[in-house]
Amino acid sequence: MMTELGIAFGRVAFMMFFVLNVAALLGWVERKQSAIMQDRIGANRAAIFGVRALGLFHPLADTLKMLTKEDFRPARADRLLFELAPFVSVFFALVAFASIPFGDTLHVAGRSVPLQAVTLNVGILYVFAMLSLGVYGVMMAGWSSANNFALLGGQRAAALMISAEIAIGASIMGVIMIHGSLNLMEIVRGQGQLLWGWLPAWGILTQPLAFVLFVTAGIAATKRIPFDMPEGESEIIGYFVEYSGMKFGMFLMTDMVETIVLAGLSTSLFLGGWQIPYLVADGFRFPWGAVIALPPLVVTVLQVGAFMTKVAVVIFVLMLIRWTLPRFRYDQAMRLGWLGLFPLSIANIVLTGLVLIAWGHR
Amino acid sequence: MAHAAFFIVAALAIGSALGLILRKNAIHGALFLIVNLGAIAALYLMLGAEFLAAAQVIVYAGAIMVLFVFAIMVLIPGKEESGPDPRRGARLLAVPVGALLCLLLVFVVAGQWSGPRGPGAPSGSVAAVGRLLFTSYLFPFELTSVLLLAAMVGVLLLAKRRA
Repeated sequence: MMTELGIAFGRVAFMMFFVLNVAALLGWVERKQSAIMQDRIGANRAAIFGVRALGLFHPLADTLKMLTKEDFRPARADRLLFELAPFVSVFFALVAFASIPFGDTLHVAGRSVPLQAVTLNVGILYVFAMLSLGVYGVMMAGWSSANNFALLGGQRAAALMISAEIAIGASIMGVIMIHGSLNLMEIVRGQGQLLWGWLPAWGILTQPLAFVLFVTAGIAATKRIPFDMPEGESEIIGYFVEYSGMKFGMFLMTDMVETIVLAGLSTSLFLGGWQIPYLVADGFRFPWGAVIALPPLVVTVLQVGAFMTKVAVVIFVLMLIRWTLPRFRYDQAMRLGWLGLFPLSIANIVLTGLVLIAWGHR
Repeated sequence: MAHAAFFIVAALAIGSALGLILRKNAIHGALFLIVNLGAIAALYLMLGAEFLAAAQVIVYAGAIMVLFVFAIMVLIPGKEESGPDPRRGARLLAVPVGALLCLLLVFVVAGQWSGPRGPGAPSGSVAAVGRLLFTSYLFPFELTSVLLLAAMVGVLLLAKRRA
């Protein structure tokens, strides 16, 4: 009983450790990457005993700054909802990662431990449910601030979320049809198969259109540039205009965590999750016949490492997009969601169905 | 353990339902309804109906209620309902009708109550639900889609007439 509880705790703790630390690191990545892309030096002044470490201490300095700032609340604000909103926002972003697998089932001392925080048969629906609930934090923040600009920001967030969510749900249908499961672990395992004996059946190869649609709609759902009209910090005013201190920081953190969730989900659905091509439970088995035997623990470590590397690469690409494209206008984003992404997703479902029938799939 | 979890979630569901009808502030009421939908989803989950729980959260809490809250935010931002109750008669009528419904529910539940189900309950997986929808319940399922289509055409008609 105690061991079971310990294992369950360990799985959740590992996931939280990973997500929270990467989220903190993303603040630094975002600044440094934009600096490199724009030929600047970027934040590098925070130092401990003269050690600057490429500005790596800036997330720490930012956190200390936010924690010690004045926590202001507007006089006419709805007190309870105003205080609750950032917590709702960050909570749903953090729990969304729970059913994303970061490794295959680990067999140790007669136990089998699936390397994901929570094993759910409807894992992928769970992630969407949590992501879609996150918008309430934003709407509550916009409404409870007693500020019309914040209210408009909250409404933009709601409208954007609904149009993005439908496209997300429709775009992943193809992946689900191929693997016949909503369990993310099963979907990742299915991508370990080889097409024609040599090509890994990763989602990006079997569902290229769905990948583009999913990432586009996913960026919209996480409210990042070029879909950041709910915030619009540079000229239009967003939902968190009345927030200060760490509560404002929590909204920023939500964005980072949602980016990680989006990257983890894209990795699991389209980039083979923890799969490494030709790596099976007992080592590498290449299609040309070569075999490299590896102990199970090494295989697991390689797989977890592969998952994290893939997530890092996807985050890098998302950040590239963020610093490349200008913001869409509100009506452009709506048109893209309803007249672009959604019909294409439906077309992708029909196409996938036809191919699966022609292929003689079940 | 399962019993304790059931009673906590059930209390949450009833409490949030009361909050929904007792709060004068429309946004607070809507947020209470979301908590209520979430609690019902948790009950589904305890009954082993994972797909139903996820669908409940995505469709009702995640999509329909976002529209509700959106509409409330646009139409009545920040105002509490005040002044005399325009439908006092209807509200008084609600008391006996509600009591009758409560009595009926007690009778129905008392006949069948067996406590929260264990892991041996029938599967609520997507495959099982899908198979039932496309075999035994195909006609009502297709009928629902006609209903939704009619609603959509109606909405389009209304929107066009306004514009």
